[in-house]
Amino acid sequence: MSIKIEHLNKTFGSFRALRDISLDIPDGKLTALLGPSGSGKTTLLRIIAGLENASDGRILFGERDISRLPVKERNVGFVFQHYALFRHMTVAQNIAFGPESLPKAQRPPKAEIRKTVTRLLEMIQLPELANRYPAQLSGGQKQRVALARALATRPDILLLDEPFGALDARVRKDLRRWLRGLHDEFHFTSVFVTHDQEEALELSDQVVVMSQGQVEQVDSPTRLYASPASRFVFDFLGHVNIISGSVTDGWLQQGNARVSLPGVSVSGDAQLYLRPHEVRLSVEPGDRACLPFTIEAINLIGAEVRVELKPDGWACDDIWEVGISHGEFSRWQPARGDRCFVTPDIGHLFRNGDNRPETVAWT
Amino acid sequence: MANASPLKPRSKRVLPGFGLSLGVSLLFISLVLLLPLTGLVAETAGMTWSQFWFVISDPRVVESYKITLWTAFLASLFNGAFGLLLAWVLVRYEFPGKRLIDAMVDLPFALPTAVAGITLATLFSASGWYGQWLEAVGISVAYTPVGIIIAMAFTSIPFVVRTVQPVLEAMPPEDEEAAITLGAGDGRVFRKVIFPSLWPALLTGIALSFTRSLGEFGAVIFIAGNTPYETEVTSLMLFVRLQEFDYAAASAIASVVLLVSLVLLFAINLWQGRYLRRLHGK
Repeated sequence: MSIKIEHLNKTFGSFRALRDISLDIPDGKLTALLGPSGSGKTTLLRIIAGLENASDGRILFGERDISRLPVKERNVGFVFQHYALFRHMTVAQNIAFGPESLPKAQRPPKAEIRKTVTRLLEMIQLPELANRYPAQLSGGQKQRVALARALATRPDILLLDEPFGALDARVRKDLRRWLRGLHDEFHFTSVFVTHDQEEALELSDQVVVMSQGQVEQVDSPTRLYASPASRFVFDFLGHVNIISGSVTDGWLQQGNARVSLPGVSVSGDAQLYLRPHEVRLSVEPGDRACLPFTIEAINLIGAEVRVELKPDGWACDDIWEVGISHGEFSRWQPARGDRCFVTPDIGHLFRNGDNRPETVAWT
Repeated sequence: MANASPLKPRSKRVLPGFGLSLGVSLLFISLVLLLPLTGLVAETAGMTWSQFWFVISDPRVVESYKITLWTAFLASLFNGAFGLLLAWVLVRYEFPGKRLIDAMVDLPFALPTAVAGITLATLFSASGWYGQWLEAVGISVAYTPVGIIIAMAFTSIPFVVRTVQPVLEAMPPEDEEAAITLGAGDGRVFRKVIFPSLWPALLTGIALSFTRSLGEFGAVIFIAGNTPYETEVTSLMLFVRLQEFDYAAASAIASVVLLVSLVLLFAINLWQGRYLRRLHGK
């Protein structure tokens, strides 16, 4: 079932947790709410579930306005970061809790509930743990049980609040893949909250980037990564190299660094954002730009060699990072302290006071 | 072979002083608990079994056991319900005067029990503030078992509140939220999710309240009226024997009360240990 959120606001006292959120969450897709802590993503999820009330605005499930409905009439499944399993119940009792909570008229007979529990235990690949208590399970197992418990009521919408946040890196990766597989099989509409961009990009069909109670960008993972729409999204999606300077006659200049800006006619102060994979390193300056650096550190571990660069004759707030292939590295053999130049392929120009980038392509 | 290398730490403990602190604790326990208990046993040891049996099975004493047991049972049951309510209100809601009420919960412990007894007797006597109204509808409290129950409940209510309160505070709100999202109504959330977590603590509180009531003296005797076979509690029988300088008989009766309390507390602890192991694993 699709979710439509219209002009949602939430204030806690004088703090505005959510500001005028409007959002469409498509049916049968996995949507990630991505943002740093305090961005309002968990509040939004809890409002969708009905665990929190919006100050104003509307939420529709499909065509139905559910803004005023209590939680238990919304038919949502909710998975908590810390599992929230009932500790005094066995795994099977936990999973059966939802169906057994239905009003008598709708409650399936005992045998059928038992069948549902068995089916779900098989789905989470833990049928042998039916009679264990939560305290006897590992974190990954607990979260699977929590998921099975949420799915036992056949919810229209599955909501997950940092579902992998409390797990260690390896289990997290496994569980993430498993959830993706499960989703591809059953296609329930799911919304999950995360502060981990990698998790959001890997797992979801659509990413909603949030910051300070506002939606910054809504896009598919590929489009989001290819064209971040604001400074915030750039910063949040991994390392970005920034040079500030003034633009005159199609060139950005600062100290003895300069970059041509094809197709840019305006002038004034601006910042150019260059991502590590959108630039190249060379020993000589090219005709597109003269960005001199000295090599500060070289990190060989990983699919790429990561080179950290310190500006030479100009200044920037953060160190620059550029990735080169291992092949290129062994051909060129750069060393710490060497002088080198960066040549951009694609850049994103933010003019002062402007939050939308202008893409600059040199090729 | 010298296996004590100089690098090997002498102890794995972080803070030193285990020996000293345990020693002091044991000494203190011996002085304030074991020594009087030994005295009690020594005092009764002077009696033969038949003398002992004669003292503790005296019809008047047996009647006092019954009265004490069922009044203490009802008082602790009442405290279980009311104490849970009080703890709930103090943990779950914010209201003006909350801290004052929280502090007042300990009042029965701070107040001399005799003062409580006299106050209750005055309030509930036929001409007292409460007594006159109750009397008008045909309920007499003072000098009846109802009075005993009220006195017992008053002096032992903090046990329930103070054992339930921390557990309620530590309960994660997610458990309730999870239950609500699974479609459970308020009643079901309380019965199936909240109550099972509170249950061990509540039972401990009720048991403590019960054992305390078994031995309550000061508050009870002023309101009970102390009619033989009707409103005499066991602790009064003890007192009576002491006044007759029959220390052996007093000790014999005391040992019965002690045994009942110990068996009850031990049983509760055993049960609770099993229940909590289930919650916390292993």
